[in-house]
Amino acid sequence: MKIAIASGKGGTGKSTVAANLACTLSRSREVALVDCDVEEPNLHLFFPAPATDVPVTNLVPEIDAERCTLCGECGKFCRFGALAVLKDSVLVFPHLCHSCGGCVLVCPQGAVREVPRTIGRVACSRPLSRLTLISGVLNEGEVQAPAVIKVAKALAEGHPLILYDASPGIACPVIETLEGSDACVLVTESTPFGLHDLRLAAEVAERVGISAGVVINRSDGEDAATIGFCREHGLPILMTIPFSREIAAVQNRGGLVCRDLPGWEERFAGLFRAVLDLPGVRA
Amino acid sequence: MIVCITARAAGTDAPVEQRFGRAPYFVFVDTETGKSESVANPLIDAAGGVGPRAVQVLAERGATVLVTGQVGGNAARAIEAGGIKAYAYRGSGSAADALAEYTAGDLQPL
Repeated sequence: MKIAIASGKGGTGKSTVAANLACTLSRSREVALVDCDVEEPNLHLFFPAPATDVPVTNLVPEIDAERCTLCGECGKFCRFGALAVLKDSVLVFPHLCHSCGGCVLVCPQGAVREVPRTIGRVACSRPLSRLTLISGVLNEGEVQAPAVIKVAKALAEGHPLILYDASPGIACPVIETLEGSDACVLVTESTPFGLHDLRLAAEVAERVGISAGVVINRSDGEDAATIGFCREHGLPILMTIPFSREIAAVQNRGGLVCRDLPGWEERFAGLFRAVLDLPGVRA
Repeated sequence: MIVCITARAAGTDAPVEQRFGRAPYFVFVDTETGKSESVANPLIDAAGGVGPRAVQVLAERGATVLVTGQVGGNAARAIEAGGIKAYAYRGSGSAADALAEYTAGDLQPL
């Protein structure tokens, strides 16, 4: 069972929901929690523990100057500007490369080969007796978030229950995270921005073909617009978390509401049951 | 010698564009013959990496001098490796005005 937690809008509480759900479920079973927000991973703040790093590399071009005739084919092909063919040399900008391998294919001289380059790492730890935390970390200035997410997800493979905490937005990193998931929890907040981005995220989940439900976080009790949208699109509301100073205080000191506030472990266990009840998830 | 001036439209009368990689036009002037050629920049809507790609456009046309507002880090590396000298024009004049200032030696290297 693989559950992705996504949102569209940033700051709605994806990581809060993911961390509390993981902590709750780890009381009764093995859980792997994967931080797929590799540009700004934060789940380790809830679960501090010594970690083992696995480096993530991608392939970037290297030019054999002996064979290169400066014909310019690779530079013309690269839409990311990672290769600049000049009068007497070819410049490689490895941090702009998306590792598509096209330059190797278009070079008529066989002068381009691919060499590995480290772009990030995946930190693996065991913060609780039945919880494995797998955090993808993309190095600063790098662009290939999906490559790090792929490795983080691969390292979690084999666990019976996996939670993926996605990055905000609906671009490549989120799609990479959603792929292969059995269910998607969309976390929103009761603001116009929250609803706007929920619309986008719900459309992505639908296009990727994943059954989704909604968690309304920081609810001020005026959620009619969100509830209406969910009803229209057949998205069950799995849980509502109120706007509360008490919850914010727990969160701000890096605590978990499921551990620190009474009643919340049961509510997160209820969230899991609601996810299992989403159409097609148990099948 | 071929000088490239970044411009907002085609022709030497067009106003100078301050950005390099996303300039709408590159105006190439051959200082020996006085002939000019304007090339629409195919990269204005590209997602990223426009600097090095724009330098390739200059290299293909044999430009050895670039007059523009400013360039980014990747473009600066490619300009240097390509043996192109870049000069800053921060005025609001036309490509022809910028060329005149360059020829008079009034522009600072970038």
